[in-house]
Amino acid sequence: MYEDKPPRRGFHPVYLLLLVPFVAMLWVPFYDRVEPSLWGIPFFYWWQMLWTLLGAVVTWPVYRFVARGR
Amino acid sequence: MTAHPVAIAVFLVLFVLVACLGFVATRWRKADLHSVQEWGLGGRSFGTLITWFLLGGDLYTAYTFIAVPAAMFAAGASGFFAVPYTILIYPILFLCFPRLWAVARARGYVTAADYVQGRFGSKLLALAIALTGIAAVIPYVALQLVGMQVIFAALGIPSSFAGIPNLPVIVAFAVLAAYTYSSGLRGTALTAVVKDLLIYVAVLAAIIVIPAALGGYGKVFASIDPKLLLLPRGTDSSLGGTFSYASLALGSALALFLYPHSLTGILSSSSGMAIRKNAILLPAYSLALALLALLGYMAVAAGVKAMPQYAAGFAAFGNNFAIPALFLHMFPDWFVGLAFAAIAIGALVPASIMAIASGNLFTRNIYKAFIAPDCTERQEGRAAKLASLAVKLGALVFVLFFQTSAAIQLQLLGGMWICQTLPSVLISLFTRWFHPTGLLLGWIVGMVSATAMAWQLGLKSSIYPLHLGGLTVPCYAALLALILNIAVAALATLVLNAVAPDTTDATVESDYLG
Repeated sequence: MYEDKPPRRGFHPVYLLLLVPFVAMLWVPFYDRVEPSLWGIPFFYWWQMLWTLLGAVVTWPVYRFVARGR
Repeated sequence: MTAHPVAIAVFLVLFVLVACLGFVATRWRKADLHSVQEWGLGGRSFGTLITWFLLGGDLYTAYTFIAVPAAMFAAGASGFFAVPYTILIYPILFLCFPRLWAVARARGYVTAADYVQGRFGSKLLALAIALTGIAAVIPYVALQLVGMQVIFAALGIPSSFAGIPNLPVIVAFAVLAAYTYSSGLRGTALTAVVKDLLIYVAVLAAIIVIPAALGGYGKVFASIDPKLLLLPRGTDSSLGGTFSYASLALGSALALFLYPHSLTGILSSSSGMAIRKNAILLPAYSLALALLALLGYMAVAAGVKAMPQYAAGFAAFGNNFAIPALFLHMFPDWFVGLAFAAIAIGALVPASIMAIASGNLFTRNIYKAFIAPDCTERQEGRAAKLASLAVKLGALVFVLFFQTSAAIQLQLLGGMWICQTLPSVLISLFTRWFHPTGLLLGWIVGMVSATAMAWQLGLKSSIYPLHLGGLTVPCYAALLALILNIAVAALATLVLNAVAPDTTDATVESDYLG
Protein backbone atom coordinates (compact mmCIF):
# COMPACT_ATOMS: atom_id res chain seq x y z
CA MET A 1 0.00 0.00 0.00
CA TYR A 2 1.47 3.35 -1.05
CA GLU A 3 0.38 5.16 2.12
CA ASP A 4 2.43 2.88 4.33
CA LYS A 5 5.67 3.80 2.61
CA PRO A 6 7.45 6.64 4.39
CA PRO A 7 9.38 9.11 2.21
CA ARG A 8 12.66 8.50 4.05
CA ARG A 9 12.82 6.89 7.42
CA GLY A 10 14.49 4.13 9.27
CA PHE A 11 17.72 4.00 11.14
CA HIS A 12 20.74 6.16 10.44
CA PRO A 13 23.91 6.15 12.59
CA VAL A 14 23.55 9.88 13.30
CA TYR A 15 20.70 9.03 15.68
CA LEU A 16 23.25 7.33 17.96
CA LEU A 17 24.33 10.82 19.00
CA LEU A 18 21.10 11.02 21.01
CA LEU A 19 22.43 8.20 23.22
CA VAL A 20 25.53 10.14 24.23
CA PRO A 21 23.82 12.26 26.94
CA PHE A 22 22.45 9.04 28.48
CA VAL A 23 25.96 7.62 28.82
CA ALA A 24 27.33 10.89 30.16
CA MET A 25 24.54 11.31 32.73
CA LEU A 26 23.76 7.75 33.81
CA TRP A 27 27.34 6.62 34.39
CA VAL A 28 27.25 8.40 37.74
CA PRO A 29 30.37 6.85 39.40
CA PHE A 30 32.42 8.49 36.65
CA TYR A 31 31.51 12.01 37.75
CA ASP A 32 30.79 11.47 41.45
CA ARG A 33 34.04 13.18 42.49
CA VAL A 34 35.33 16.58 43.58
CA GLU A 35 38.45 16.87 41.39
CA PRO A 36 39.08 18.26 38.85
CA SER A 37 37.18 21.22 40.26
CA LEU A 38 36.58 24.38 38.27
CA TRP A 39 36.50 27.83 39.93
CA GLY A 40 35.87 26.07 43.20
CA ILE A 41 32.96 24.07 41.73
CA PRO A 42 33.41 20.29 42.24
CA PHE A 43 33.52 18.08 39.12
CA PHE A 44 30.19 16.49 40.05
CA TYR A 45 28.42 19.81 39.60
CA TRP A 46 30.16 21.39 36.66
CA TRP A 47 30.18 18.19 34.62
CA GLN A 48 26.39 17.94 34.81
CA MET A 49 25.95 21.65 34.18
CA LEU A 50 28.23 21.40 31.15
CA TRP A 51 25.95 18.70 29.73
CA THR A 52 22.96 21.02 29.68
CA LEU A 53 24.90 22.64 26.81
CA LEU A 54 26.60 19.55 25.34
CA GLY A 55 23.24 17.77 25.19
CA ALA A 56 22.07 20.48 22.82
CA VAL A 57 25.33 20.35 20.87
CA VAL A 58 25.13 16.61 20.13
CA THR A 59 21.49 16.97 19.07
CA TRP A 60 22.33 19.60 16.46
CA PRO A 61 23.76 17.19 13.79
CA VAL A 62 20.68 15.00 14.20
CA TYR A 63 18.49 18.05 13.68
CA ARG A 64 20.44 18.97 10.53
CA PHE A 65 20.06 15.41 9.27
CA VAL A 66 16.29 15.41 9.73
CA ALA A 67 15.98 18.92 8.27
CA ARG A 68 17.94 17.95 5.14
CA GLY A 69 15.78 14.91 4.54
CA ARG A 70 12.63 16.98 4.11
CA MET B 1 6.41 37.26 59.55
CA THR B 2 7.24 40.89 58.85
CA ALA B 3 5.55 42.52 55.89
CA HIS B 4 7.73 43.95 53.11
CA PRO B 5 5.60 46.78 51.65
CA VAL B 6 7.90 47.66 48.72
CA ALA B 7 8.28 44.03 47.75
CA ILE B 8 4.53 43.50 48.03
CA ALA B 9 3.84 46.55 45.84
CA VAL B 10 6.22 45.42 43.07
CA PHE B 11 4.87 41.91 43.35
CA LEU B 12 1.24 43.01 43.05
CA VAL B 13 1.87 45.32 40.09
CA LEU B 14 3.62 42.55 38.14
CA PHE B 15 1.06 39.96 39.12
CA VAL B 16 -1.92 42.11 38.08
CA LEU B 17 -0.17 43.07 34.83
CA VAL B 18 0.37 39.45 33.90
CA ALA B 19 -3.16 38.48 34.87
CA CYS B 20 -4.51 41.23 32.56
CA LEU B 21 -2.32 39.85 29.78
CA GLY B 22 -4.01 36.51 30.30
CA PHE B 23 -7.40 38.06 29.58
CA VAL B 24 -6.21 40.15 26.62
CA ALA B 25 -5.01 36.93 25.03
CA THR B 26 -8.58 36.04 24.03
CA ARG B 27 -8.02 38.55 21.21
CA TRP B 28 -4.62 37.21 20.22
CA ARG B 29 -4.80 35.23 16.94
CA LYS B 30 -8.54 35.46 17.20
CA ALA B 31 -10.40 32.22 16.81
CA ASP B 32 -13.51 30.45 17.99
CA LEU B 33 -12.55 29.73 21.58
CA HIS B 34 -15.54 27.47 22.02
CA SER B 35 -13.80 24.55 20.36
CA VAL B 36 -11.37 22.29 22.18
CA GLN B 37 -8.83 22.54 19.37
CA GLU B 38 -8.69 26.32 19.80
CA TRP B 39 -9.23 26.71 23.54
CA GLY B 40 -7.29 23.66 24.63
CA LEU B 41 -4.48 23.57 22.08
CA GLY B 42 -4.20 27.17 20.88
CA GLY B 43 -5.20 25.96 17.42
CA ARG B 44 -1.85 24.08 17.12
CA SER B 45 -0.38 27.36 15.98
CA PHE B 46 2.62 28.11 18.20
CA GLY B 47 5.95 28.46 16.44
CA THR B 48 9.38 27.64 17.81
CA LEU B 49 9.68 30.69 20.03
CA ILE B 50 6.26 30.60 21.70
CA THR B 51 6.61 26.83 22.13
CA TRP B 52 9.94 27.47 23.83
CA PHE B 53 8.38 29.88 26.31
CA LEU B 54 5.29 27.76 26.80
CA LEU B 55 7.10 24.47 27.38
CA GLY B 56 9.74 26.21 29.46
CA GLY B 57 7.05 27.70 31.67
CA ASP B 58 5.20 24.41 31.67
CA LEU B 59 8.00 22.04 32.63
CA TYR B 60 10.04 24.18 34.99
CA THR B 61 7.33 25.05 37.49
CA ALA B 62 7.24 27.33 40.51
CA TYR B 63 7.34 24.35 42.76
CA THR B 64 10.48 23.14 40.97
CA PHE B 65 12.13 26.48 41.60
CA ILE B 66 11.42 26.17 45.31
CA ALA B 67 11.71 22.43 45.87
CA VAL B 68 14.89 21.64 43.93
CA PRO B 69 17.09 24.15 45.81
CA ALA B 70 15.29 23.08 49.00
CA ALA B 71 16.34 19.47 48.34
CA MET B 72 19.94 20.60 47.84
CA PHE B 73 19.70 22.71 50.98
CA ALA B 74 18.55 19.72 53.01
CA ALA B 75 20.07 16.65 51.37
CA GLY B 76 22.99 17.83 49.23
CA ALA B 77 24.13 16.15 46.01
CA SER B 78 21.13 13.82 45.65
CA GLY B 79 18.89 16.87 45.10
CA PHE B 80 20.88 17.68 41.96
CA PHE B 81 19.28 14.75 40.08
CA ALA B 82 16.87 17.29 38.59
CA VAL B 83 19.74 18.34 36.31
CA PRO B 84 20.53 15.01 34.59
CA TYR B 85 16.77 14.40 34.55
CA THR B 86 16.08 17.58 32.62
CA ILE B 87 18.99 16.88 30.27
CA LEU B 88 17.73 13.40 29.36
CA ILE B 89 14.21 14.55 28.53
CA TYR B 90 15.41 16.26 25.35
CA PRO B 91 16.76 13.31 23.34
CA ILE B 92 13.44 11.63 24.18
CA LEU B 93 11.51 14.71 23.09
CA PHE B 94 13.48 14.85 19.85
CA LEU B 95 13.06 11.20 18.97
CA CYS B 96 9.48 10.42 19.99
CA PHE B 97 7.32 13.48 20.15
CA PRO B 98 7.44 14.79 16.59
CA ARG B 99 5.83 11.44 15.69
CA LEU B 100 3.11 11.90 18.28
CA TRP B 101 2.57 15.50 17.16
CA ALA B 102 2.25 14.38 13.54
CA VAL B 103 -0.28 11.63 14.16
CA ALA B 104 -2.25 13.89 16.50
CA ARG B 105 -2.45 16.56 13.85
CA ALA B 106 -3.30 14.12 11.07
CA ARG B 107 -6.15 12.57 13.08
CA GLY B 108 -7.22 15.55 15.21
CA TYR B 109 -6.11 14.02 18.52
CA VAL B 110 -6.00 16.39 21.48
CA THR B 111 -4.81 14.03 24.25
CA ALA B 112 -2.56 11.00 24.66
CA ALA B 113 -5.67 8.93 25.33
CA ASP B 114 -7.17 10.09 21.99
CA TYR B 115 -4.10 8.72 20.29
CA VAL B 116 -4.21 5.41 22.19
CA GLN B 117 -7.90 5.08 21.31
CA GLY B 118 -7.05 5.57 17.62
CA ARG B 119 -3.99 3.37 17.61
CA PHE B 120 -5.54 0.44 19.46
CA GLY B 121 -9.30 0.99 19.12
CA SER B 122 -9.70 0.24 22.82
CA LYS B 123 -11.92 2.59 24.80
CA LEU B 124 -10.88 0.89 28.01
CA LEU B 125 -7.15 1.36 27.43
CA ALA B 126 -7.79 4.99 26.48
CA LEU B 127 -9.80 5.43 29.68
CA ALA B 128 -6.90 3.99 31.70
CA ILE B 129 -4.50 6.46 30.09
CA ALA B 130 -6.87 9.39 30.69
CA LEU B 131 -7.50 8.51 34.34
CA THR B 132 -3.78 8.07 34.99
CA GLY B 133 -3.12 11.50 33.51
CA ILE B 134 -5.81 13.22 35.56
CA ALA B 135 -4.74 11.49 38.79
CA ALA B 136 -1.10 12.41 38.21
CA VAL B 137 -1.72 16.02 37.40
CA ILE B 138 -4.10 17.16 40.17
CA PRO B 139 -1.53 16.94 43.00
CA TYR B 140 0.87 18.72 40.67
CA VAL B 141 -1.57 21.66 40.44
CA ALA B 142 -1.92 21.58 44.23
CA LEU B 143 1.85 21.87 44.62
CA GLN B 144 1.84 25.00 42.49
CA LEU B 145 -0.60 26.56 44.95
CA VAL B 146 1.66 25.41 47.79
CA GLY B 147 4.55 27.21 46.05
CA MET B 148 2.42 30.36 45.99
CA GLN B 149 1.63 30.04 49.69
CA VAL B 150 5.35 29.99 50.48
CA ILE B 151 5.87 33.14 48.42
CA PHE B 152 2.93 34.98 50.01
CA ALA B 153 4.22 34.14 53.47
CA ALA B 154 7.74 35.27 52.61
CA LEU B 155 6.39 38.61 51.40
CA GLY B 156 4.66 38.97 54.75
CA ILE B 157 1.16 38.91 53.25
CA PRO B 158 -1.11 37.66 56.05
CA SER B 159 -2.57 34.25 55.28
CA SER B 160 -6.06 35.37 56.24
CA PHE B 161 -8.01 38.58 55.68
CA ALA B 162 -11.21 39.65 57.44
CA GLY B 163 -11.46 36.30 59.09
CA ILE B 164 -11.28 34.36 55.82
CA PRO B 165 -8.37 31.94 56.02
CA ASN B 166 -6.11 31.47 52.98
CA LEU B 167 -7.66 34.42 51.16
CA PRO B 168 -4.51 35.27 49.11
CA VAL B 169 -4.32 31.77 47.67
CA ILE B 170 -8.04 31.77 46.96
CA VAL B 171 -7.74 35.09 45.11
CA ALA B 172 -4.75 33.87 43.10
CA PHE B 173 -6.72 30.75 42.30
CA ALA B 174 -9.71 32.81 41.13
CA VAL B 175 -7.46 34.83 38.79
CA LEU B 176 -6.01 31.64 37.38
CA ALA B 177 -9.41 30.05 36.92
CA ALA B 178 -10.92 33.12 35.26
CA TYR B 179 -8.28 33.66 32.64
CA THR B 180 -7.82 29.99 31.86
CA TYR B 181 -11.56 29.70 31.40
CA SER B 182 -11.80 32.64 29.04
CA SER B 183 -8.69 32.44 26.90
CA GLY B 184 -7.42 28.88 27.29
CA LEU B 185 -3.91 28.02 26.16
CA ARG B 186 -3.45 31.38 24.41
CA GLY B 187 -3.56 33.26 27.71
CA THR B 188 -1.11 30.85 29.24
CA ALA B 189 1.34 31.19 26.38
CA LEU B 190 1.41 34.99 26.69
CA THR B 191 1.80 34.78 30.46
CA ALA B 192 4.61 32.29 30.02
CA VAL B 193 6.65 34.77 28.00
CA VAL B 194 6.56 37.38 30.77
CA LYS B 195 7.17 34.82 33.49
CA ASP B 196 10.22 33.38 31.79
CA LEU B 197 11.79 36.77 31.19
CA LEU B 198 11.34 37.57 34.89
CA ILE B 199 12.78 34.21 35.90
CA TYR B 200 15.89 34.69 33.78
CA VAL B 201 16.45 38.16 35.26
CA ALA B 202 16.06 36.79 38.78
CA VAL B 203 18.36 33.82 38.16
CA LEU B 204 21.06 35.89 36.49
CA ALA B 205 21.07 38.43 39.31
CA ALA B 206 21.09 35.68 41.93
CA ILE B 207 24.03 33.76 40.48
CA ILE B 208 26.10 36.92 40.12
CA VAL B 209 25.22 38.83 43.27
CA ILE B 210 24.90 36.05 45.85
CA PRO B 211 28.20 34.18 45.28
CA ALA B 212 29.99 37.53 45.17
CA ALA B 213 28.49 38.46 48.53
CA LEU B 214 29.39 35.06 49.97
CA GLY B 215 33.00 35.14 48.76
CA GLY B 216 32.81 33.02 45.58
CA TYR B 217 31.66 29.54 44.60
CA GLY B 218 34.66 27.97 46.36
CA LYS B 219 33.44 29.34 49.69
CA VAL B 220 29.88 28.24 48.96
CA PHE B 221 30.91 24.62 48.31
CA ALA B 222 33.33 24.67 51.24
CA SER B 223 30.42 25.38 53.57
CA ILE B 224 28.65 22.13 52.58
CA ASP B 225 29.04 19.05 54.72
CA PRO B 226 31.60 16.92 52.76
CA LYS B 227 29.38 13.86 53.30
CA LEU B 228 26.56 15.58 51.38
CA LEU B 229 28.72 17.09 48.65
CA LEU B 230 28.96 13.83 46.71
CA LEU B 231 26.73 10.76 46.40
CA PRO B 232 27.43 7.69 48.55
CA ARG B 233 29.33 5.17 46.44
CA GLY B 234 28.21 1.59 45.96
CA THR B 235 29.71 -1.24 47.99
CA ASP B 236 29.94 -5.02 47.56
CA SER B 237 26.47 -5.39 49.05
CA SER B 238 24.68 -2.37 47.55
CA LEU B 239 24.83 -0.40 44.31
CA GLY B 240 24.59 2.72 46.43
CA GLY B 241 23.47 6.30 45.98
CA THR B 242 25.04 6.65 42.55
CA PHE B 243 22.68 4.00 41.20
CA SER B 244 19.54 5.43 42.76
CA TYR B 245 20.57 8.86 41.42
CA ALA B 246 20.82 7.49 37.87
CA SER B 247 17.56 5.53 38.16
CA LEU B 248 15.73 8.59 39.44
CA ALA B 249 17.06 10.74 36.60
CA LEU B 250 16.15 8.16 33.96
CA GLY B 251 12.73 7.27 35.36
CA SER B 252 11.74 10.90 35.79
CA ALA B 253 12.94 11.73 32.29
CA LEU B 254 10.86 8.92 30.79
CA ALA B 255 7.80 10.13 32.67
CA LEU B 256 7.95 13.87 32.09
CA PHE B 257 6.54 14.14 28.61
CA LEU B 258 3.83 11.63 29.41
CA TYR B 259 2.26 14.14 31.80
CA PRO B 260 -0.86 15.67 30.25
CA HIS B 261 0.43 19.22 30.62
CA SER B 262 3.69 18.43 28.79
CA LEU B 263 1.78 16.83 25.97
CA THR B 264 -0.63 19.74 25.67
CA GLY B 265 2.38 22.04 25.33
CA ILE B 266 3.90 19.82 22.65
CA LEU B 267 0.71 19.31 20.64
CA SER B 268 0.05 23.06 20.54
CA SER B 269 3.17 23.73 18.49
CA SER B 270 2.86 24.35 14.79
CA SER B 271 5.22 21.69 13.42
CA GLY B 272 7.40 18.70 14.20
CA MET B 273 10.45 20.77 13.33
CA ALA B 274 9.44 23.36 15.95
CA ILE B 275 9.48 20.54 18.50
CA ARG B 276 12.88 19.27 17.34
CA LYS B 277 14.30 22.79 17.44
CA ASN B 278 13.00 23.07 20.99
CA ALA B 279 14.82 19.89 21.98
CA ILE B 280 17.95 21.92 21.23
CA LEU B 281 16.82 25.25 22.68
CA LEU B 282 14.99 24.13 25.84
CA PRO B 283 18.10 22.86 27.69
CA ALA B 284 18.80 26.54 28.41
CA TYR B 285 16.16 26.12 31.11
CA SER B 286 18.02 23.12 32.52
CA LEU B 287 21.08 25.29 32.92
CA ALA B 288 18.97 27.90 34.73
CA LEU B 289 17.55 25.12 36.91
CA ALA B 290 21.06 23.87 37.76
CA LEU B 291 22.09 27.38 38.76
CA LEU B 292 18.93 27.72 40.83
CA ALA B 293 19.65 24.37 42.49
CA LEU B 294 22.98 25.73 43.63
CA LEU B 295 21.08 28.52 45.41
CA GLY B 296 20.24 25.81 47.94
CA TYR B 297 23.94 25.62 48.81
CA MET B 298 24.15 29.38 48.91
CA ALA B 299 21.34 29.38 51.45
CA VAL B 300 23.45 27.01 53.55
CA ALA B 301 26.52 29.22 53.16
CA ALA B 302 24.55 32.35 54.05
CA GLY B 303 23.25 30.61 57.15
CA VAL B 304 19.63 31.71 56.70
CA LYS B 305 18.28 28.84 58.76
CA ALA B 306 19.82 30.19 61.95
CA MET B 307 18.50 33.72 61.43
CA PRO B 308 15.69 34.56 63.86
CA GLN B 309 13.73 36.64 61.31
CA TYR B 310 13.19 33.53 59.14
CA ALA B 311 12.47 31.07 61.96
CA ALA B 312 8.71 31.38 61.53
CA GLY B 313 8.99 30.72 57.78
CA PHE B 314 11.09 27.60 58.28
CA ALA B 315 8.71 26.44 60.99
CA ALA B 316 5.72 26.78 58.63
CA PHE B 317 7.22 25.56 55.34
CA GLY B 318 10.32 23.61 56.28
CA ASN B 319 13.21 23.67 53.84
CA ASN B 320 10.95 25.07 51.12
CA PHE B 321 11.51 28.40 52.84
CA ALA B 322 15.28 28.33 52.15
CA ILE B 323 15.20 30.14 48.80
CA PRO B 324 12.67 32.83 49.77
CA ALA B 325 14.75 33.46 52.91
CA LEU B 326 17.94 33.71 50.84
CA PHE B 327 16.37 36.29 48.53
CA LEU B 328 15.00 38.31 51.43
CA HIS B 329 18.42 38.24 53.05
CA MET B 330 20.43 39.15 49.95
CA PHE B 331 18.36 41.55 47.86
CA PRO B 332 16.67 44.93 48.21
CA ASP B 333 12.92 44.79 48.63
CA TRP B 334 12.00 45.87 45.09
CA PHE B 335 14.06 43.05 43.61
CA VAL B 336 12.59 40.54 46.04
CA GLY B 337 9.16 41.63 44.73
CA LEU B 338 10.27 40.98 41.15
CA ALA B 339 11.81 37.59 41.89
CA PHE B 340 8.83 36.45 43.94
CA ALA B 341 6.43 37.62 41.23
CA ALA B 342 8.43 35.49 38.79
CA ILE B 343 7.91 32.45 41.01
CA ALA B 344 4.21 33.11 41.65
CA ILE B 345 3.49 33.69 37.96
CA GLY B 346 5.64 30.64 37.43
CA ALA B 347 2.97 28.80 39.37
CA LEU B 348 0.11 30.18 37.27
CA VAL B 349 1.53 29.04 33.93
CA PRO B 350 1.91 25.31 34.61
CA ALA B 351 -1.17 25.21 36.83
CA SER B 352 -3.24 26.63 34.01
CA ILE B 353 -1.81 24.23 31.40
CA MET B 354 -2.32 21.31 33.78
CA ALA B 355 -5.95 22.30 34.29
CA ILE B 356 -6.50 22.72 30.55
CA ALA B 357 -4.86 19.36 29.87
CA SER B 358 -6.98 17.50 32.37
CA GLY B 359 -10.06 19.32 31.07
CA ASN B 360 -9.20 18.01 27.61
CA LEU B 361 -8.71 14.48 28.96
CA PHE B 362 -11.99 14.45 30.82
CA THR B 363 -13.95 15.82 27.89
CA ARG B 364 -12.46 13.76 25.10
CA ASN B 365 -11.91 10.44 26.80
CA ILE B 366 -14.56 10.27 29.51
CA TYR B 367 -17.39 12.69 28.66
CA LYS B 368 -17.42 12.20 24.90
CA ALA B 369 -16.34 8.56 24.97
CA PHE B 370 -18.77 7.34 27.61
CA ILE B 371 -21.38 9.99 28.53
CA ALA B 372 -22.29 12.10 25.52
CA PRO B 373 -20.92 10.60 22.31
CA ASP B 374 -23.08 12.86 20.13
CA CYS B 375 -22.13 16.18 21.72
CA THR B 376 -21.45 19.14 19.45
CA GLU B 377 -18.09 20.88 19.20
CA ARG B 378 -19.49 23.72 21.32
CA GLN B 379 -20.72 21.38 24.06
CA GLU B 380 -17.37 19.64 24.00
CA GLY B 381 -15.52 22.94 24.46
CA ARG B 382 -17.83 23.88 27.30
CA ALA B 383 -17.29 20.57 29.06
CA ALA B 384 -13.52 21.00 28.79
CA LYS B 385 -13.69 24.46 30.36
CA LEU B 386 -15.89 23.24 33.21
CA ALA B 387 -13.70 20.20 33.81
CA SER B 388 -10.59 22.36 33.98
CA LEU B 389 -12.39 24.48 36.55
CA ALA B 390 -13.24 21.38 38.57
CA VAL B 391 -9.61 20.24 38.53
CA LYS B 392 -8.46 23.59 39.87
CA LEU B 393 -11.13 23.51 42.56
CA GLY B 394 -9.99 20.03 43.50
CA ALA B 395 -6.42 21.25 43.82
CA LEU B 396 -7.55 24.22 45.92
CA VAL B 397 -9.54 21.99 48.26
CA PHE B 398 -6.44 19.87 48.60
CA VAL B 399 -4.30 22.81 49.59
CA LEU B 400 -6.87 24.23 51.97
CA PHE B 401 -7.97 21.10 53.79
CA PHE B 402 -5.07 18.69 53.65
CA GLN B 403 -1.52 18.97 54.81
CA THR B 404 1.11 19.93 52.28
CA SER B 405 2.70 16.55 52.78
CA ALA B 406 -0.38 14.89 51.27
CA ALA B 407 0.08 16.82 48.02
CA ILE B 408 3.78 15.97 47.96
CA GLN B 409 3.09 12.27 48.57
CA LEU B 410 0.43 12.14 45.88
CA GLN B 411 2.66 13.96 43.45
CA LEU B 412 5.36 11.36 44.12
CA LEU B 413 2.82 8.62 43.39
CA GLY B 414 1.60 10.51 40.33
CA GLY B 415 5.07 10.45 38.81
CA MET B 416 5.23 6.68 39.22
CA TRP B 417 1.75 6.25 37.80
CA ILE B 418 2.26 8.38 34.71
CA CYS B 419 5.39 6.36 33.92
CA GLN B 420 3.15 3.32 33.47
CA THR B 421 1.53 4.83 30.38
CA LEU B 422 4.84 4.68 28.53
CA PRO B 423 4.27 1.39 26.66
CA SER B 424 0.85 2.49 25.37
CA VAL B 425 1.84 6.04 24.45
CA LEU B 426 5.55 6.04 23.56
CA ILE B 427 6.56 2.53 22.53
CA SER B 428 3.42 2.28 20.40
CA LEU B 429 4.65 5.23 18.31
CA PHE B 430 7.20 2.87 16.82
CA THR B 431 5.40 -0.47 16.81
CA ARG B 432 1.81 -1.71 16.81
CA TRP B 433 2.99 -5.13 17.97
CA PHE B 434 1.51 -4.93 21.50
CA HIS B 435 -2.02 -6.24 22.03
CA PRO B 436 -4.31 -3.61 23.63
CA THR B 437 -5.44 -6.07 26.31
CA GLY B 438 -1.80 -6.92 27.00
CA LEU B 439 -1.02 -3.24 27.44
CA LEU B 440 -3.97 -2.88 29.79
CA LEU B 441 -2.78 -5.84 31.88
CA GLY B 442 0.74 -4.40 31.97
CA TRP B 443 -0.66 -1.05 33.04
CA ILE B 444 -2.61 -2.66 35.90
CA VAL B 445 0.45 -4.56 37.11
CA GLY B 446 2.59 -1.42 36.82
CA MET B 447 0.12 0.76 38.72
CA VAL B 448 -0.40 -1.75 41.49
CA SER B 449 3.27 -2.57 41.96
CA ALA B 450 4.33 1.10 41.89
CA THR B 451 1.70 1.96 44.48
CA ALA B 452 2.63 -1.03 46.63
CA MET B 453 6.32 -0.13 46.61
CA ALA B 454 5.58 3.50 47.44
CA TRP B 455 3.26 2.40 50.22
CA GLN B 456 5.92 0.12 51.64
CA LEU B 457 8.29 3.09 51.70
CA GLY B 458 5.73 5.03 53.72
CA LEU B 459 5.16 7.43 50.75
CA LYS B 460 8.29 9.22 51.90
CA SER B 461 10.76 8.01 49.35
CA SER B 462 10.59 6.74 45.79
CA ILE B 463 13.78 4.68 45.97
CA TYR B 464 12.93 1.03 46.47
CA PRO B 465 15.72 -1.21 47.80
CA LEU B 466 15.41 -4.29 45.61
CA HIS B 467 17.22 -7.31 47.04
CA LEU B 468 18.81 -9.56 44.45
CA GLY B 469 20.59 -12.35 46.27
CA GLY B 470 23.16 -10.60 48.44
CA LEU B 471 23.01 -7.38 46.45
CA THR B 472 20.80 -4.39 47.25
CA VAL B 473 19.71 -2.40 44.21
CA PRO B 474 18.27 0.94 45.29
CA CYS B 475 16.14 1.86 42.29
CA TYR B 476 13.45 4.41 41.46
CA ALA B 477 10.25 2.41 42.05
CA ALA B 478 8.61 3.78 38.89
CA LEU B 479 11.35 2.19 36.81
CA LEU B 480 10.98 -1.21 38.50
CA ALA B 481 7.22 -1.06 38.00
CA LEU B 482 7.72 -0.09 34.37
CA ILE B 483 9.95 -3.11 33.77
CA LEU B 484 7.23 -5.36 35.25
CA ASN B 485 4.63 -3.51 33.20
CA ILE B 486 6.46 -4.06 29.89
CA ALA B 487 7.24 -7.69 30.74
CA VAL B 488 3.58 -8.46 31.49
CA ALA B 489 2.39 -6.57 28.40
CA ALA B 490 4.85 -8.46 26.20
CA LEU B 491 4.00 -11.88 27.63
CA ALA B 492 0.27 -11.26 27.40
CA THR B 493 0.71 -10.01 23.84
CA LEU B 494 2.53 -13.21 22.86
CA VAL B 495 -0.35 -15.26 24.20
CA LEU B 496 -3.17 -13.02 22.94
CA ASN B 497 -1.70 -12.60 19.46
CA ALA B 498 -1.73 -16.38 19.18
CA VAL B 499 -5.34 -16.88 20.29
CA ALA B 500 -7.15 -13.63 19.53
CA PRO B 501 -5.06 -11.23 17.47
CA ASP B 502 -6.25 -7.61 17.44
CA THR B 503 -4.82 -5.41 14.75
CA THR B 504 -7.35 -2.58 14.92
CA ASP B 505 -5.53 0.62 14.03
CA ALA B 506 -7.07 3.86 12.79
CA THR B 507 -3.66 5.30 11.95
CA VAL B 508 -1.24 4.57 9.10
CA GLU B 509 2.54 4.98 9.07
CA SER B 510 2.41 8.14 6.97
CA ASP B 511 0.42 9.86 9.76
CA TYR B 512 3.52 9.75 11.93
CA LEU B 513 5.83 11.61 9.61
CA GLY B 514 5.51 15.28 10.44
